[in-house]
Amino acid sequence: MNLFVAFRKEWMEFIRTYRLLIVAIVLVFFGLTSPLLAKFTPEIISLIPGGTEISKVIPMPTVWDAVAQYVKNMAQFGIILALLLTMGAIAQEKDKGTAAMILVKPMPRGAFLGAKFLALAAMFAICLIAAGLACYYYTLLLFEAMDIVRWLWLNALLFLYVMVYVAVTLFCSTLTKSQAAAGGVALGLMVVLGLVGAIPGLGKYLPGELIAWGTRLMQGDTSISWTALGVSLGLIVVSLLAAWLVFKKQEL
Amino acid sequence: MTAVRIEELRKVFGTFKALDGLSLTVEPGTVFGFLGPNGAGKTTTIRILTGLAHATSGRAWVIGKEVTASGHEIAHHIGYLPEEPAFYPWMKPGEFLDYVGRVFDFPASERSARIKELLALAGLEEAAKRRIGGFSRGMRQRLGLAQALFNHPEVLFLDEPTSALDPAGRKEVLEFIEQLRGQCTVFMSTHILADVERVCDTVGIINRGKLVTSAPRDALLAQYAVPAFEVEVDAQCEEGLTRWSNALGKESWVKTVLVDGLVARVIVSDVEVAKRELLASITQAGLILTRYEIVRPSLEDVFLQLVNQEEGRQ
Repeated sequence: MNLFVAFRKEWMEFIRTYRLLIVAIVLVFFGLTSPLLAKFTPEIISLIPGGTEISKVIPMPTVWDAVAQYVKNMAQFGIILALLLTMGAIAQEKDKGTAAMILVKPMPRGAFLGAKFLALAAMFAICLIAAGLACYYYTLLLFEAMDIVRWLWLNALLFLYVMVYVAVTLFCSTLTKSQAAAGGVALGLMVVLGLVGAIPGLGKYLPGELIAWGTRLMQGDTSISWTALGVSLGLIVVSLLAAWLVFKKQEL
Repeated sequence: MTAVRIEELRKVFGTFKALDGLSLTVEPGTVFGFLGPNGAGKTTTIRILTGLAHATSGRAWVIGKEVTASGHEIAHHIGYLPEEPAFYPWMKPGEFLDYVGRVFDFPASERSARIKELLALAGLEEAAKRRIGGFSRGMRQRLGLAQALFNHPEVLFLDEPTSALDPAGRKEVLEFIEQLRGQCTVFMSTHILADVERVCDTVGIINRGKLVTSAPRDALLAQYAVPAFEVEVDAQCEEGLTRWSNALGKESWVKTVLVDGLVARVIVSDVEVAKRELLASITQAGLILTRYEIVRPSLEDVFLQLVNQEEGRQ
């Protein structure tokens, strides 16, 4: 019950503070422009001085270029938005005192924390669906129809990838009262994850593999990266559990 | 059953002892003034009693439930107003109260009626459509009190409820607290003595994390009151006042005479003798009297006396 009450407040906040709108605009914009950019890259390059020669050697853009562009944009901006929107989720409420005002009442800390994660998940899911639809439609107009089931899988994997960073940042947000510090720690953890992923042989076990998996799936390769899926889900669960354990004992 | 019971409560931050073996009881239905200088441990005590902080050692109970074990058990029975109440600036006051009502699981109709009632009580009906972000400090404080009262708490914790308010805001909040007398137990921390004198019926004085004393306000004033008289003379008698005060200081029933301009404060050891002798002495000295007053003992005198005694001991 209290989880729903806290979720309702989070959702109202996303609407009233235009966060939902901003995330939707950013992701839909990149959803729309990814196939456009892929389609018109040769034309754009030919417009720059000396670009005509370069454009001649660029292969004709295909639907895979649109998908690659989309995946790159969604992953990059997904992480940035996850960091920016999550770093203050708990830290700011502790710092301003709103957490103390509410948590002194019969609102369990787990529900308070869980509602934040669920609301962020709902926001990213809705915005990714909108971005996915926008990209699918423009790709259909400019290139050809894509396999809709695979497209849905790709977006589900992108969603899971973003949620890993939401969960990690939410954990960092419980550690401190400063949202800048929470963002810094989360960024540090992301860099560490990136560096570990760059070690040959290790990357395929980390969340970044979800992106590669989705891209492969679109190209017809049906091999599944179970380990990366398990690690990603594990990171989400462990981050949330750690956040709850820290937050539960914390003085406000 | 006591409303609040604290036994040997300690809270240590590094090497600093915020609470150093605090023991205290508060009877139900009283407006309890928890008085102490800044940094005495008042806020720390309230944070422990409300479950927002953990004690290093010791135990505390609110309405018979131990808060040092699990603070959440009492959440349904208490109200809390922090020193600087914080709200979501994008919300309207009714929306915040609605959120609080949902947290307490009030049914929709009851919630809606309570919101109207509390907005009226807090004088925020006209501001109901404004966002809290644009509220003045006084309005936020009143909304803070309203949210703390939503669940009809048995014990209401108020942390420095008037410290940052202007005189008008302070008056409003104190009147608000006075209305609560008999409805619930009010545990109010403050360093403003006049506020305690005005609304509290029981006073606890804390200094350096320890309880100095706890007693009904009137008993405390009677016990520690300094018997004093104030005499004010006409401007032309300034020199005469100094001569008179020097002579008066030698009387056996006079403890001290403090002169400040045209006013002399006479602290006596025997009030009855002073009542008979003082006026006669003034007349004999030929002073033109503009004011003569038996000074009402103030809580400030008691507070300073007790805190200074405590400091002296340490």
